[in-house]
Amino acid sequence: MAREGHDVTIIDVNTEAFTRLEPDFPGQAVRADGTDEDVLRRVGTDSADWFFALTEGDNRNAFAAQMASENFGVANVVAKINDPVRAEAYTMLGLATICRTRLLIDALARHAGLDADPGASGVRLAEGHHDHHETAVPAGVPATVSDGTGQ
Amino acid sequence: MYIVVVGGGKVGYYLAKELIDAGHELVILEKNSGRARQIADELGSIVLNRDGCEGKHLAEAGANRAAIVAAVTGDDEDNLVVCQMAKHHFDVPRTIARVNNPRNEDLFRHLGVDEIISPTRMVLASIEQDIPVHELLHLAQLKGGELELVEAQIGENSPAVGRRPADINLPEGCSLFLLLRGNSVQQIRSDTVFQAGDKVLAVSRGEGESILRRELIGDSEPIGATH
Repeated sequence: MAREGHDVTIIDVNTEAFTRLEPDFPGQAVRADGTDEDVLRRVGTDSADWFFALTEGDNRNAFAAQMASENFGVANVVAKINDPVRAEAYTMLGLATICRTRLLIDALARHAGLDADPGASGVRLAEGHHDHHETAVPAGVPATVSDGTGQ
Repeated sequence: MYIVVVGGGKVGYYLAKELIDAGHELVILEKNSGRARQIADELGSIVLNRDGCEGKHLAEAGANRAAIVAAVTGDDEDNLVVCQMAKHHFDVPRTIARVNNPRNEDLFRHLGVDEIISPTRMVLASIEQDIPVHELLHLAQLKGGELELVEAQIGENSPAVGRRPADINLPEGCSLFLLLRGNSVQQIRSDTVFQAGDKVLAVSRGEGESILRRELIGDSEPIGATH
């Protein structure tokens, strides 16, 4: 996304995670806890067009995403929630979710020529009060990625 | 009453103990197996060694018939998710969350947690109550720290009570300029008479501050001496 010209900030509590970034990564990498309101304010979450919470912790993601949307008014937030039950519940609450478990099941089912569950999808747009039409990051807008706030 | 407690740390453990003694039916969800066994040894088979954040485990614990779900783990995000799942997925009438970061309280309230317990806030409130207002409040630094904008609360025992600015022995470089009395803000003039309850905004310079403090506030008692 950064290479395509978007203004991207990555937050991670672990600087080692940043070594995986390409040396010429044009965005910002901030070592901090992405569930801390002060941190999110500092990195300018209030002016972000998109907020992705993609840590390995479902709860941290649900928490950070809701904080971005409720406290900072970010219009588009996506939380990675790998527990399908929780992902489903948060989708009903109006939070867009991406569920790796479901994505894998779908991909494997397709690969094996089986019928995937048509009612479930790995990427679920919010079904509540939020309204999402696009899943791609629009050109030239800042986005904040909260990746790995712990462990 | 049937209560689901998520988190078997110190809070969860003692909470469960008290509730059992009071005759309530409850289950504790504790994801750490060692800790879960320990609680089971003490309190009997009221522990499920499960992660209470997972929907299916809350279902297993009978969250759908619980009158209360109390999330008391040490992690705010876990407590929030437990309460949201309980409220919206299992229609639990009352959800209670422990909040460790006081800044998260509003978000929790906003997202539908019925009751919020903040140990940090409680200790903070208790500490603040015990500190007598015997100090100058530093509001801002001026001229790169050379001058300080300070606020002094005139107490009943302040030597400034009943006096005019000219009667106050102001240190060099210090000046009093604004008076906050009740809801009004007024400029300090030569005929202003200070009263108990007034707040005075002043500019102080360096070593003059301790004199300013003594003149406006008086000699402080040691912290906690009145309690």
